[in-house]
Amino acid sequence: MSEIAALVEGRRILVCCGSGGVGKTTTAAVLALEGARRGRRAVVVTIDPAKRLADALGMESLSNTAHQIEGDWSGELWALMLDTKSTFDALVAKYSASPEQAEGILANRFYRNIAGALSGTQEYMAMEKLYELNDEERFDLIVVDTPPTRNALDFIDAPRRLTRMLDNRIFRWLMMPTRAYLRAVSVATQAFLRTISRVVGSEVIQDVVNFFHAFEGMEEGFRGRAQEVLELLGDDRTAFILVTSPRRDAVEEGVFFAEKLTEAHLDVEALIVNRIHPRFGEGMPETDRQRATTLGDTDLARLYANRADFRQIADGEERHMETLTKRVAPAPVVRVPFLDSDVHDVEGLGEVARYLLGTETAAR
Amino acid sequence: MDPVEFCSLARLVIVAGKGGVGKTTVSAALARMAARHGLSTLIIEVEGKGGLAAALGGEDLRYSERVLIPGGGTEGAADVKARTLTPDDALLEYLTDHGLKRISKRLVQTGALDVASTAAPGIKDILILGKVKQLERAGAADLIVLDAPAAGHAVSFLMSARGLLDAVRVGPVRAQAEDVLELLTDASRARVVLVTLPEETPVNEVVETAFSLEDKVGLKLGPVVVNGVYPQLDGLDVDAIAAAEAAGTALRPGEAGSLKAAAQFRARRQELQQEQIGRLAEALPLPQLHLPFIFRADLGPPDIDVLADALTEAVQALDHVA
Repeated sequence: MSEIAALVEGRRILVCCGSGGVGKTTTAAVLALEGARRGRRAVVVTIDPAKRLADALGMESLSNTAHQIEGDWSGELWALMLDTKSTFDALVAKYSASPEQAEGILANRFYRNIAGALSGTQEYMAMEKLYELNDEERFDLIVVDTPPTRNALDFIDAPRRLTRMLDNRIFRWLMMPTRAYLRAVSVATQAFLRTISRVVGSEVIQDVVNFFHAFEGMEEGFRGRAQEVLELLGDDRTAFILVTSPRRDAVEEGVFFAEKLTEAHLDVEALIVNRIHPRFGEGMPETDRQRATTLGDTDLARLYANRADFRQIADGEERHMETLTKRVAPAPVVRVPFLDSDVHDVEGLGEVARYLLGTETAAR
Repeated sequence: MDPVEFCSLARLVIVAGKGGVGKTTVSAALARMAARHGLSTLIIEVEGKGGLAAALGGEDLRYSERVLIPGGGTEGAADVKARTLTPDDALLEYLTDHGLKRISKRLVQTGALDVASTAAPGIKDILILGKVKQLERAGAADLIVLDAPAAGHAVSFLMSARGLLDAVRVGPVRAQAEDVLELLTDASRARVVLVTLPEETPVNEVVETAFSLEDKVGLKLGPVVVNGVYPQLDGLDVDAIAAAEAAGTALRPGEAGSLKAAAQFRARRQELQQEQIGRLAEALPLPQLHLPFIFRADLGPPDIDVLADALTEAVQALDHVA
């Protein structure tokens, strides 16, 4: 059994990470489909699927609940497109002491900013959704696609971010009732707070103060949850799969990802390289180029020049992959070649699956 | 159209597109084209990924500008300079300029910026764009090329000014947002060059991004750059054995097969790319500039020149752009 097949069959959570434009979403969908084919109840959580793939998976509308995809497999295949805001709203509702408290928070402008647009919130909610799905026990394979984030590992850091903010001294000061605050806070700090107000406007500060008052008593719940999410990511039944393409920038980001995962005591358990150029026969590009030059203006010269182009890029890609392969060793490396078209149906997913599972191999 | 005229339509050109389409390479080629026509250029990186320095050698870019591609040579080209902009640095500078230097360090170190930007997201973006605006006003270079964040981020990055105007009603941040919006919506000062690949998903996304930037931000869109187009190589549908005979030579065993496979692969990809280019033209009524695919996994300074040449040719072939 191939290493990827073993992960699909044996693990409970697969997290696909990597930079943007490397086929992460498709890879995640393929892994979930393969799980279903192997009799598992699989769900794929995607962030922002290409429209046609979303259509194929029946995700026309942004829907925060899993949607079942019917097909010819022994298990179940479900798909869900993450809706950051409603996931966050649900979390607030869960930890609120009363419906009034929840309402107060949901209506706050500062909260709406966090829930809608804060960078890192999407990552945070992807992890929250993962936790929720894991908790429900409706599924035995959860595949998560991570956002193509600027900061490679926001999704690991994300759950901690809010709690870190709750711990920030500035908010503690802001939270104090007005009079006590004036007494307790030093002159320097007052000047400091005034400066923030001057820069961002006092309304913003007022929104923040209101938000934190509304939030009072809920910090513990959030903090505990963040801890549990981190534990889940570190669990033996969770595997991280690094997805990349053989281009230099993608590989460099891949190396960076691998390092950050290691720092967080998480391992890359498989490396999937998409969009590899095929290699046509053995031999050096330079030899082909020379041939083409010697042959002058002939059809054969053009055939050699063309093969030289592909050998040249294949060699370059090979060198890039070597670096990353060493970095993630002993994790297995799976190669997926350039396909004729983008994947936008279950059949297309099946084609990728054949490469991922090793029943078909990319030319090398 | 004359490349100098093209590069002078607006001082600020924002290069935007989905991750992995080669925004950074296109930014460099655009800047190099302008520099070779004697215009001083400045590339601004905002994501801090250091893609430019990696491609062109030298140390990582910093907040202070440095020469990325020296000018001179037979063409008497101008320098291509480059720098990065980070929100923290921009904030420090802003505070220092506004007489708040004493507490500026503390403001950055305590994470107050994180707090403020959580309170009003977009503050970080506006700090960066505010600095870009300042550079544009000061005429820091004849052409300023902003290598924008990846597509989805680019829209929210450029939307930040409008978003903040809703959230913040008074104060310097609002003033900053107003100035930035004025810059972005003035076609004689700022334009967007979108970058895509001749592939299905990138084409879909660039169309979506184009409409968002135009409708939501009010940006003027320049031509769209289609990067990675296979240079047309004709006569690939010949029989390798017959071609060898015609050239008066013979092939080693197995040679014909791999030559043929390579030729078929290219022909197929050329065909697929042309399909996507046609689809893009139908969906997006913008002139296209095609840049060739370079068959190398690492691009270096000579490749940037190849791309700058191709870009120059493509611009020259353009009708007048309003």
